[in-house]
Amino acid sequence: MAWLVVRLAISVSLFYTASAVFEDQVGKFDWRQQFIGKVRFALFDTHSQASKKLLVATDKNVFASLNSRTGDLFWRHVDKTGPEGHIDALLMYGQDAVVVAGNGRLLRSWETTVGGLKWETVLDTGSFQAAALVGVQDFVKYVAVLKKSAISLHDLSSGSQIWVENLPDSDTVQYQTIYSGGNGLVFVFGVVPNSHIVIVEYKIEDGEIMNKKSVEAAWMSSLESSCTVISSGILLCVDQITQSLYTLLLQSAEQTEMRQIHLQTLDLEVASGFQPVLTSTQPNPAQPPLSEFFLQLSPDHHILLQLKDGLIVPLRDFNPSYLAAFATSGERTVAAVMSPKNDTACSINLFSADTGRRHLDTTIIYHMDPNGGKPNRLYVHAFLKKDDSVGYRVMVQTEDLTLTFLQQPGRVVWMREEALADVVTMEMIDLPFTGTQAELEGEFGKKADGLLPMVLKRLSSQFILLQAWLAHLWKLFYDARKPRSSVKNEVNIDTLSRDEFNLQKMMVMVTASGKLFGIDSKSGTILWKQYLENIEPNSVFKLIVQRTTAHFPHPPQCTLLIKNKDTGLGNLYVFNPIFGKKSQISVPALPRPVLQTLLLPVIDQDYAKVLLLIDDQYKVTTFPSTKNILQQLQDTASSIFFYLVDSSQGKLSGFRLRKDLSTELIWEVVIPTEVQKIVAVKGKRANEHVHSQGRVMGDRSVLYKYLNPNLLAVITESTDTHHERSFVGIFLIDGVTGRIVHEAVQRKAKGPVHFVHSENWVVYVYWNSKFRRNEFSVLELFEGAELYNSTVFSSLDRPHPPQVLQQSYIFPAPISTLEATLTEKGITSRHLLVGLPSGNILSLPKMFLDPRRPEVVSEQSREENLIPYAPEMPIRDEWFINYNQTVSRVRGIHTAPSGLESTCLVVAYGLDIYQTRVFPSKQFDVLKDDYDYVLISSVLFGLFFATMISKRLAEVKLLNRAWR
Amino acid sequence: MAMIRVLSLVLSVLSSVTLLWTQSGECNNGRRSADAVDTDFSGFSVPLEHSFEVDDVPRFRLRGALQFRGGREQGVYLSQNQLSEKDRNTLKDVAAVDGLYRIRVPRVSLQVDRQTEKQSEGYLTTFVRACSLVESHLSDVITLHTDVSGCVVGISIVTIPGSCRGIEVEDEVDLEVFNTTISVVAPVTAPVPETAPYIERMEQEMEKKGKNPQEQKSFFAKYWYLILGGAVFLMATSSAQTPPGGASEQS
Repeated sequence: MAWLVVRLAISVSLFYTASAVFEDQVGKFDWRQQFIGKVRFALFDTHSQASKKLLVATDKNVFASLNSRTGDLFWRHVDKTGPEGHIDALLMYGQDAVVVAGNGRLLRSWETTVGGLKWETVLDTGSFQAAALVGVQDFVKYVAVLKKSAISLHDLSSGSQIWVENLPDSDTVQYQTIYSGGNGLVFVFGVVPNSHIVIVEYKIEDGEIMNKKSVEAAWMSSLESSCTVISSGILLCVDQITQSLYTLLLQSAEQTEMRQIHLQTLDLEVASGFQPVLTSTQPNPAQPPLSEFFLQLSPDHHILLQLKDGLIVPLRDFNPSYLAAFATSGERTVAAVMSPKNDTACSINLFSADTGRRHLDTTIIYHMDPNGGKPNRLYVHAFLKKDDSVGYRVMVQTEDLTLTFLQQPGRVVWMREEALADVVTMEMIDLPFTGTQAELEGEFGKKADGLLPMVLKRLSSQFILLQAWLAHLWKLFYDARKPRSSVKNEVNIDTLSRDEFNLQKMMVMVTASGKLFGIDSKSGTILWKQYLENIEPNSVFKLIVQRTTAHFPHPPQCTLLIKNKDTGLGNLYVFNPIFGKKSQISVPALPRPVLQTLLLPVIDQDYAKVLLLIDDQYKVTTFPSTKNILQQLQDTASSIFFYLVDSSQGKLSGFRLRKDLSTELIWEVVIPTEVQKIVAVKGKRANEHVHSQGRVMGDRSVLYKYLNPNLLAVITESTDTHHERSFVGIFLIDGVTGRIVHEAVQRKAKGPVHFVHSENWVVYVYWNSKFRRNEFSVLELFEGAELYNSTVFSSLDRPHPPQVLQQSYIFPAPISTLEATLTEKGITSRHLLVGLPSGNILSLPKMFLDPRRPEVVSEQSREENLIPYAPEMPIRDEWFINYNQTVSRVRGIHTAPSGLESTCLVVAYGLDIYQTRVFPSKQFDVLKDDYDYVLISSVLFGLFFATMISKRLAEVKLLNRAWR
Repeated sequence: MAMIRVLSLVLSVLSSVTLLWTQSGECNNGRRSADAVDTDFSGFSVPLEHSFEVDDVPRFRLRGALQFRGGREQGVYLSQNQLSEKDRNTLKDVAAVDGLYRIRVPRVSLQVDRQTEKQSEGYLTTFVRACSLVESHLSDVITLHTDVSGCVVGISIVTIPGSCRGIEVEDEVDLEVFNTTISVVAPVTAPVPETAPYIERMEQEMEKKGKNPQEQKSFFAKYWYLILGGAVFLMATSSAQTPPGGASEQS
């Protein structure tokens, strides 16, 4: 096979030269941000005082270590997605972090400084319940894992299994928690709901059952949420209905039922409908927990209680308080409590756990982001100061997945926006002009009002320009005197302006949690953020740009179609994408679910494009709905068509708008769902430009492209998944007439299908189930050697079906996502951007995906620069546009044109976000960085002077000759 | 519903063109070739309906019958009625207001053996501008698209020429008879990567190369002068160095 590859490489290199990034270009126009997701477990390394480590495990199956001083990642491990990689528990002791992953399938121990795996053990199957560190004689040696029907004990240093025991009566008893107080015993707690609690005692050495007892507890439904162990082995439970606390001495033989303590006797009451929460702390797994604990009575009421001589004593009542947490440093345990201060800020205070007394000067003020969510988790890092007092830092996680790390007296050390780990959709918006540029632009827009005022206006704007230029010069001069490092290009929302080539844009990102971000594409700085409450998480969002920045003085306008959490109906959120501010425009109410949205090129007086929303009764709502718009819509109604897809019935239907904004069904295509189901429908991008109408062939004739802007690519997958009979179907359907332009079947193929539909081609990727490999297929449509109507394309008047060419190739890698580059005028050749699961993004020239690649090289094909057909698609390392900056779990790639024809802006998002520029045809319109200005200007000047001198000499010579 | 055999009685004009299935060797609508032999040629017909109204509310009337012929030689015929005087006038009126001319067929499976199994309800509809139909003197192309199992999934109609230039059609005769081309199109099988011919070609080239005598020389035959030169050089250097060593040993 090697010779085949070599041959291929040679033939390829003849046609194509590399376009990789040079070493000195790294980081110049690209950046990457790494995220972790929503934190589920966070542990501070309290092993040594100077430690900066913060270990986190998240819902994205990421286990990472953060630098608690900067918020940067030390290291990060990204596990499999889904339940296979789900992190069940995170425990830490000393330098080791123990992780249970995959619903109790794997037990791993990590070295926390560099993130190396120390050992890994595969556990028996069974659904995971709990895990705990087990200590013997003040020394933690084991880790115990509780499954639904078994408990196992593992050595902490090697992972080897010490013993595994089946739990008694595991079919009736739900074993849920585990406890060890360092006295050579492991307690397992199980519950039979609304009946009794089962407590089993195991001996650590050999797993022998020392004792087993059941205690009456008719009120209990779940142990996990309502019970905890405090003091030297006392099980403490709380019940909302009886409004009581219950205690049980674990190691006493005589106590056979739980002791009830009415909350009333403590003057306490649980808020109605609230499940009270008990929080205790066990600073060292080898020692019993403290006798102090928190009881949360309502969402904003905590109380610190102590168990003393069998009596429960309130130490301190925190009302109101949002969050409370324990932290230990050395021998001292403290409690941090977050209480509301005023509408926009909270104060966090430190209290000593054993007395409930407040530590002086420990207040941290936490300012809540008015555009963010409420805090919902508090993680405390306590440390001993030099004077032996306790200092602390806190990490606050909010509903919108912001992690804020604070230290006294309220300084934000760092902040992470973890909502960005789950970007759903995005757009790139041009930045507005600066004031001066806008001034000049505005001059053209206004109506002329006489000669003199015009001249004056021109003069004044020129003067403003001069002023700006002088200010710019002054700034340059001023900056030049300062040392280089101190000059920083701080990006600020007020100084945002379009650069010369429109390379810097505003990235508007919509995340699954319902938080919107405005990010500067040049630096990756978050310029604005907005958390939308009452949004159903992970629902479909649709982001529409109604007005771009081009219409000064009207601000740009974006509309987001969102789904309300409570009503389940659609809702429009209109905002300014540059500043993130919600627009004051009144939006139409949407009383019915929205099926389809349609952005029309029809604009109203203030240049906002019209958005049509079609509800489930095929009624159309327009936004904006001014008189002018309605008039325009009435005039053009008969040429406004739209389509709907109902994949559950396999039905595609086309509608036409009527003058009264009702709709009429005009075509219907039904693909029977018994055989195949529609998995995706894609049209072409609205902002796409095609520069050339045809392709010049080797014999100088032109092959015209079939450029139907209404064409839809519909991909189906067979319901039969047998590898011999499964297939992928491709339908090319005209969205106006419903005409099936082309219909193809890829046999022995399976999804997931990724595809790109652009210009006159469709590229799709599928899994070949026969040969078990990924394959690319390209379809190109041509009108032929003659155009039917060269001036305008109308779906209603294009009777001849196009010629369809298709070719397939083997792609030697799996694929996560697929997108095509996009440039301003469409002159630059196209590349496909392929996101690979390895985290690389491959920029594959479209040239390789050309159905006209010849089997046998001929004179004509050489003339046309067609690469000879090779069944295998090459992957070359220099095509990876993100060199070593891999993007974990890449889910989408967004491309946007820049002001330079050669340059396309690319944003890849998944767990990470990566932004870069690609130059599919190299930078043909830009001078290189190392362009020799000195040489070219010296040559120019040299030539200029040489002409001057020679002219002079020639004159002298002529004069001399005349005298002769 | 589909079995409207009575239709054949009312046929007045039979203006149909047959096109065979556009199918390539492997793809035969999911039907095994053995079945094709077994199934009877009998065939069946389905109604083709059309609607053209000035108020643009569809009211479908019978236009003709599509006759599918089963068996090995599959094809489709369209037998259709002549447009009545009233219809012609309506059509012209609809064209004048730029209305739509719609057609529809019921959802059917073209496989005869499946006919009896189940009748999927619903219609497949499409349209063309009435003016283009009038201006093309009722010459249209109707295409039925089937899926892999032979079920009709879509219908399309185009007129040739397809434009509306506003030409007045005076001659009444031009609007009497449909001049229809009808065809059934099954999905084409998309190509797979062609590895075999490629490897064959590569092998041929290798063989060609192999025949070249220059390539066949052995390693020594090719580089004997270099090896010889190297050996001589090594001998020269070693003989030049040994004497001092030997001398020191002797002393």
